[in-house]
Amino acid sequence: MAGPLTVDVVAPDQVLWSGSAERLIAPTVEGEIGLLTGHEPVLSVLRAGVVRVRGGADGDAEFTIDGGFLSFDHDVITVVVEPVVDEAGAAVADEEPAES
Amino acid sequence: MAGQQRVYRQRIKATQSLKKIFRAMELIAASRIGKARSRVDHAMPYTRAITRAISAVATHSTVSHPLTTKREDTGRVAVLVVSADRGMAGAYSANAIRESERLRGRLEAEGKEIVQFAAGRRAVSYFKFRRRELAGQWTGGSDAPARETAQEISRALFARFTADAGDGGVDEIQIVFTRFTSMVTQEARIIRLLPLEIVEGVAETESGTVDPLYDFEPSPEQVLDALLPRYIESRIYACLLQSAASELANRQRAMNTATTNAEDIIRNYTRLANQARQSEITQEISEIVSGADALAAS
Repeated sequence: MAGPLTVDVVAPDQVLWSGSAERLIAPTVEGEIGLLTGHEPVLSVLRAGVVRVRGGADGDAEFTIDGGFLSFDHDVITVVVEPVVDEAGAAVADEEPAES
Repeated sequence: MAGQQRVYRQRIKATQSLKKIFRAMELIAASRIGKARSRVDHAMPYTRAITRAISAVATHSTVSHPLTTKREDTGRVAVLVVSADRGMAGAYSANAIRESERLRGRLEAEGKEIVQFAAGRRAVSYFKFRRRELAGQWTGGSDAPARETAQEISRALFARFTADAGDGGVDEIQIVFTRFTSMVTQEARIIRLLPLEIVEGVAETESGTVDPLYDFEPSPEQVLDALLPRYIESRIYACLLQSAASELANRQRAMNTATTNAEDIIRNYTRLANQARQSEITQEISEIVSGADALAAS
């Protein structure tokens, strides 16, 4: 496979995750979307669900979100999320241990 | 004579306690400003991402959206002023309010009607005192704005913009806020929030690379629909955060000056008090000596 994806997961007040990863799975309004390198540019609205980052340089990550959108362009993914409102939500999602 | 001395001592005491307050406020502002600045920095990636996405939609598709098109049916303009909740920040609030009054004058010269919104107690009381009607006001937490406040503001402004002419709809939304450029430079700025002018951050493709053909899911219109409210909210939030950092920087500076002034005053009064004491002693000595002389002579 080609080079890894550059992934940024940003919330309104902070950057939740940033780095390179192999794969990103996100819940769009039309169903789950899985993104690998070389995908065509896409701009998509996300619904509530879980954004999964797989094969990251420093492990996997999962974020429970309330909504948001993602843009994919030249293997650069920016996921803009509305983290779940409960206070520790974002932090909890951040710390969820990955299975690998 | 003794009365004079006492007055000086009193003044010194009063100024000293004021100085302590000024110093404390300066330190508080200084300690909060770091946090405020880091909040500005943390909010940046989000705003940038949204701006980039919006410009992508705008440049790669031919959607026209009510929020991006001009309307001129109402002749009204909404103006939001962001100011401080408390004073003691030098000319911070005054500058923002003056800027908004200038904007008001300009818009009124164009024959527009102003719908005034105010954030921060200083601006609210300014307009209240002048008996101007406020269409919306938000107070509290001006030095550490919450996202909820930004959400509320954006909802209120948004509702105005989407409303019909008869329901108090507006043509434009302008925001007056104080931009934080550095610790020493903050300036009141006016930005137009709506209708959108998407100029910043439009990623111009270099010649040679092919324009990426974005796939919009579900559709460009719906993507724009979902993005725009977020964009507006993040813009407002960014304005609030910048203003908060500016407010704190201004307050720190103002309090620093006040502390120095208090020190000056204390020094002056100490000199005057010393002088008064000295002349009192001199007078007492001369009184005693002349009294003794008078006794010896009799």
